[in-house]
Amino acid sequence: MSSLDPRVNRLDKKKISEGEVHTNTHLITWEVFHQEKRGKQPVHVGIVHASTPEMALVLAKEQYARRGKTTNLWVAKTTDVYTFATEDEDIFETTPEKTFREPAAYKVRDRIEKFQNQNKVEI
Amino acid sequence: MSNAVKDLLFKMADDALIIGHRNSEWTGIGPMLEEDLAFSSMAQDKIGHALALYTILHEVLGEAEPDKLGFMRSENDFKCCQLVEQPIGEYDFSIVRQFLFDHAELLRYEMLTQSSFQPLAQLAKKVKGEIKYHVMHADTFVKQLGKGTEESHARMQSALNNTWHLALGIFEKSEWEEELISAGVFAGEEELKRRWLEKITPIIEASGLQLPATDESKIVYGGRKGYHSEFLKPLLDEMCEVVRTDIDAEW
Repeated sequence: MSSLDPRVNRLDKKKISEGEVHTNTHLITWEVFHQEKRGKQPVHVGIVHASTPEMALVLAKEQYARRGKTTNLWVAKTTDVYTFATEDEDIFETTPEKTFREPAAYKVRDRIEKFQNQNKVEI
Repeated sequence: MSNAVKDLLFKMADDALIIGHRNSEWTGIGPMLEEDLAFSSMAQDKIGHALALYTILHEVLGEAEPDKLGFMRSENDFKCCQLVEQPIGEYDFSIVRQFLFDHAELLRYEMLTQSSFQPLAQLAKKVKGEIKYHVMHADTFVKQLGKGTEESHARMQSALNNTWHLALGIFEKSEWEEELISAGVFAGEEELKRRWLEKITPIIEASGLQLPATDESKIVYGGRKGYHSEFLKPLLDEMCEVVRTDIDAEW
């Protein structure tokens, strides 16, 4: 199936292959981070196309903050975000096995102690 | 007094409804996906402002229901300025119109937060954040395009020149001007225009554009008194076509 993007469909594929059409005319992309409440961590929600950080923010507002609660948005140039190479994914491979690092056990212990103190029961 | 307040509310509501409808005509054909969505959302906001104002007219001032006020009045009952009636044209015009109109609207609502007419003061406090965003959007694009390429600069300057005397028509005075001012309802069109010029002039200059010269005889008045351009009637016919087939239909 061909692309549903009208910007793509309008292009003449023959002209592209002959180099007559510049396909790389989109504005650069910006990564958008959404902060729901003051003090909460901003969460990555997607990208916008824009030519300046101001425009990226203005456009991000209606793409990613059009419903629900928002206290702020962050944008950063996509090219300013550094990531590991895809083939280096194996550095994370054994991490899920290290359950001793998970804080869940401690949290449950805290809750049991709180319950005991509140209700003065011995378990 | 009631007629003076009604006139103020009608012109604000009609401006919002008509610009909202006009700007919604960009939906689906905006210059890029993100902007298409943003411009459409702002158009929705405007319709919301119109609804809120018609609701005050209905609930507080005894006028008909909001849907009837929006869709069942004739062209000459509309009090919108002729600026908002103009077709969307090219994007340069729509952006310049948003810039000139929304700056005036934001300042008007800021002034109205102090209004002695409480329902309007409350509404003004509620919506000023929305309009602030509309202004932010307009400023961003005016600056970007004003200082962009030679073509974008030329297009913005000529859009500004062509829109200037229409925009000044926003501040057409009503016969109740003094009454509104002395009752503390609204500080008046003259004061609004002064603040507007003060606000937009440095932004226009910072965008590398020139403030057009004002020729008093060319200012497009009439809208506030029910005299409209050739563009309002077709807009109303289209906007109201479905609802007028059965105004009491349940949706």
